[in-house]
Amino acid sequence: MNLLDPQGPVAAGNSTILVDSVFIMLVIVVPTIFAILGFAFWFRASNPRARYRPGFVYSGRIEMVVWAIPALTVILLGGVAWIGSHQLDPAAPVPGTGSPVRIQAVSLDWKWLFIYPDQRIATVNTLTVPAGAELKFQLTSSSVMNTFFIPQLGSMIYTMNGMVTKLNLRADNEGKLQGLSAHFSGDGFPDMMFDVNVVSPLAFPEWVATAAKTDAVLNENSYRKLMQQGIEKDRPVYRLEDPRLFELIATQHIPPGPGPERISDAGRPHSGGHDAR
Amino acid sequence: MPAVRTVEATMLGKLDWSAIPLDQPIPLIAGAVVLVAILGVLTWVVVKGHLSYLWNEWITSVDHKRIGVMYVLLASVMLLRGGSDAIMMRIQQAVAYQSQGYLPPEHYNQIFSAHGTIMIFFVAMPFVIGLMNLIVPLQLGVRDVAFPTLNSVGFWLTASGALLVNISLVVGEFARTGWLAFPPLSELSYSPGVGVDYYAWSLQISGIGTLVAGINLVTTVLKLRTKGMNYLRMPMFCWTTLASNLLIVAAFPILTATLAMLLLDRYLGFHFFTNEAGGNVMMFMNLIWAWGHPEVYILVLPAFGIFSEVVSTFSGKALFGYRSMVLATMAICVISFMVWLHHFFTMGAGPNVNAIFGIASMIIAVPTGVKIYNWLFTMYGGRIRFATPMLWAVGFMVTFIIGGLTGVLLAVPPADFILHNSMFLVAHFHNVIIGGVLFGAFAGFEYWFPKAFGFRLNERWGRAAFWFTFLGFFITFMPLYIVGMLGMTRRMQHYDVAAWRPWMIVAAVGVAVLTIGVICQIVQLVVSIRNREALRDRTGDPWDGRSLEWATSSPPPVFNFAFNPDVRGEDAYWHMKARAKQQSPERDGPEYQDIEMPRNSPTGFVCAFFATIMGFALIWHIWWMVIVGGLGAWATFVVFAWRDHDEYVIPAEEVAVIDRVNLEQRRGLISMAEVG
Repeated sequence: MNLLDPQGPVAAGNSTILVDSVFIMLVIVVPTIFAILGFAFWFRASNPRARYRPGFVYSGRIEMVVWAIPALTVILLGGVAWIGSHQLDPAAPVPGTGSPVRIQAVSLDWKWLFIYPDQRIATVNTLTVPAGAELKFQLTSSSVMNTFFIPQLGSMIYTMNGMVTKLNLRADNEGKLQGLSAHFSGDGFPDMMFDVNVVSPLAFPEWVATAAKTDAVLNENSYRKLMQQGIEKDRPVYRLEDPRLFELIATQHIPPGPGPERISDAGRPHSGGHDAR
Repeated sequence: MPAVRTVEATMLGKLDWSAIPLDQPIPLIAGAVVLVAILGVLTWVVVKGHLSYLWNEWITSVDHKRIGVMYVLLASVMLLRGGSDAIMMRIQQAVAYQSQGYLPPEHYNQIFSAHGTIMIFFVAMPFVIGLMNLIVPLQLGVRDVAFPTLNSVGFWLTASGALLVNISLVVGEFARTGWLAFPPLSELSYSPGVGVDYYAWSLQISGIGTLVAGINLVTTVLKLRTKGMNYLRMPMFCWTTLASNLLIVAAFPILTATLAMLLLDRYLGFHFFTNEAGGNVMMFMNLIWAWGHPEVYILVLPAFGIFSEVVSTFSGKALFGYRSMVLATMAICVISFMVWLHHFFTMGAGPNVNAIFGIASMIIAVPTGVKIYNWLFTMYGGRIRFATPMLWAVGFMVTFIIGGLTGVLLAVPPADFILHNSMFLVAHFHNVIIGGVLFGAFAGFEYWFPKAFGFRLNERWGRAAFWFTFLGFFITFMPLYIVGMLGMTRRMQHYDVAAWRPWMIVAAVGVAVLTIGVICQIVQLVVSIRNREALRDRTGDPWDGRSLEWATSSPPPVFNFAFNPDVRGEDAYWHMKARAKQQSPERDGPEYQDIEMPRNSPTGFVCAFFATIMGFALIWHIWWMVIVGGLGAWATFVVFAWRDHDEYVIPAEEVAVIDRVNLEQRRGLISMAEVG
């Protein structure tokens, strides 16, 4: 999950800006730290060679320089921030090979539901994507806020109930990555890590075909069961009955998740998986 | 049966035996220890007959110095509580690799929420407010703050909030939502327990206390300066106090209003921030950070002021670029209100919005950078004495600059897109809050302790405390930067990623080193109290200081100054000393006059007593008790408002006796300096 080992163009852009910004700042930070330590050491009271200049309390030239140094750095970094914000806007398209894959992600208490509306399948806590294709995410939440984040693919984004956020990513290399929620969402929050399988563009349709053979069906009823609070240890795969399910969730036609049962001392969330089927 | 239940519900609201966590040993034991400690202290006080002293000299005192000391004491006690939470969290994350660790989520989540809430509201805030209270009137050369009784009310309301947070340890639970209680998680549907109510009511009560303190200090700086103390002669600490308290006055009402809306949602079924019925969580995010971002400057500006005083005093030089520093302080004060959105770049706002707020956030780094350079040039050409406060100051400069770097990095939106809410962020804000605010508070504590109590602190233990804290900080938080770069997000009760594990163990070791630092500080206090005669400061000026707080005795008399000092330039006391050396004796047989001082008042304590009752009753829905508490607090204030006598007179003879002793010792100091 190393941020400095990006596996897609967005993450590469993020980490380049990160590293560049650090170096720009180090150029002034390192000399300043040395100056602090150096001045502090040289002008120690016990050093007879240091000249005591109690009257040295103002210098227009130095003032000019000390305002200019951070100002120039900020102007430079501000440019980086302005350009970077536009180029790496989460909603900006990320061109890729082949046709884009639409994925609708829903954060539930406490698992991730990934809906592939075009493929008419859905998965929980596993995201399978083809390498090289643009991944067009639409995201919402069934209940509380979460943040969708695959560190090695870059830019995270909030998921909020009744709202849809947009994020475009691309994975360039086949392999296994990990994603997580980056916004605290309750007792089962640490179990919201999910697997990201980046497969070859040819293997992706095969995976879709296999997945579509499952008996489990995702419709409004099974979704309502799935959104009960609990942790999903398995990685269930569903056939999607209604491709408009995401819209129903995002527009609150399916009401938000219920939260904990209002009986005193509701079951503890870490006491095992919750069978959604 | 139903009848019995109804009576119980009327009398006790939601409160019953299930609120006491009998199955959880840790909070119970902690609660028991605290209770025993409190009872022990109380018994000692009563048995030794100190009760009337405590009541007359401290609890009902409206003396800004006493109130300042009590603020700092509250902050120190709560620092131990918040620190224990930190130790528990670091141990949990060190062991909870592929396991549940030793803290279940519902407990771990309370701990990090309590840690953040306590450290910000009940450690950092009271510490800096306490130091400002203690020192600012002295530096301005005046006898008290603008509203002495209100000052006492502010302190006791803060203490009331702290008390409620601690009660949640054993009666019920604390919030499990993080220290800012983001909805919808903090709404009734997802947090049905009393935790969020404890959080919100304790902050509402202490928030009023903070607002009152802010109004008081702003008024004090603007209206109560001694003659000749015009704005551009004020010590830097007074300027940062002004800036910080202006921010309090402007920002804390936002917090109060936001929490009030959350409470309306929870208690009366409103829909400000709910998922349903048009509520909007994004509004909460905006509002809470519109307070939350200025809040960090409320904390760090006074620390900047402390470092300005310390660096200048121990370098034996006036502050370099004083006017530039004033400008930088006020620039930070204004800009800090325009950057709140950088706390949620990842919400999906457009690139223009993100970029503008990112750049605005970076702009704050300019005046902050200027401050660092001005301290640097204050040291240049100085004669630097490395007493403990100066060690904290140099340690701060090095540490803070790193925190500043990571802060500006987080202000670059595309970098924030991968670092937001990560352990990197956690490392960043601890870097600036520990390296800035806490180091500043400790520097101020060491620096002004002799002024408050009349004896210096032991240097050896002070140095040990500094080095352990300084190194402990780096050992704890550098690994958090690294795990942040490895994709680890904050608030994880357990994890399965092997790469994070070793760093979490290093961080746990670091927190042990930090703990040793805190222990050193406690030992330092004990050792210094025992050796207080040897460490006694008879001159009132133990550090060869430059501002007016050193012009009076240590501890100062209740009226601070027998005469209002006459200020003729920056570094007022430094120039007085210089003049005194040239033309001694300065003043023979001055004509003392009667001094009027405000009377002690139990208003603050009684008011906070009722406020605590009201808060507790609101949390547990005990409505009759809410009415009792509310009426009690209101009646206390009415009684106070109708008071006839609020001042007493210290006769001129008494002033003369006190002041002559002070002058004698001061002359002794000056003649000794001439001989030396």
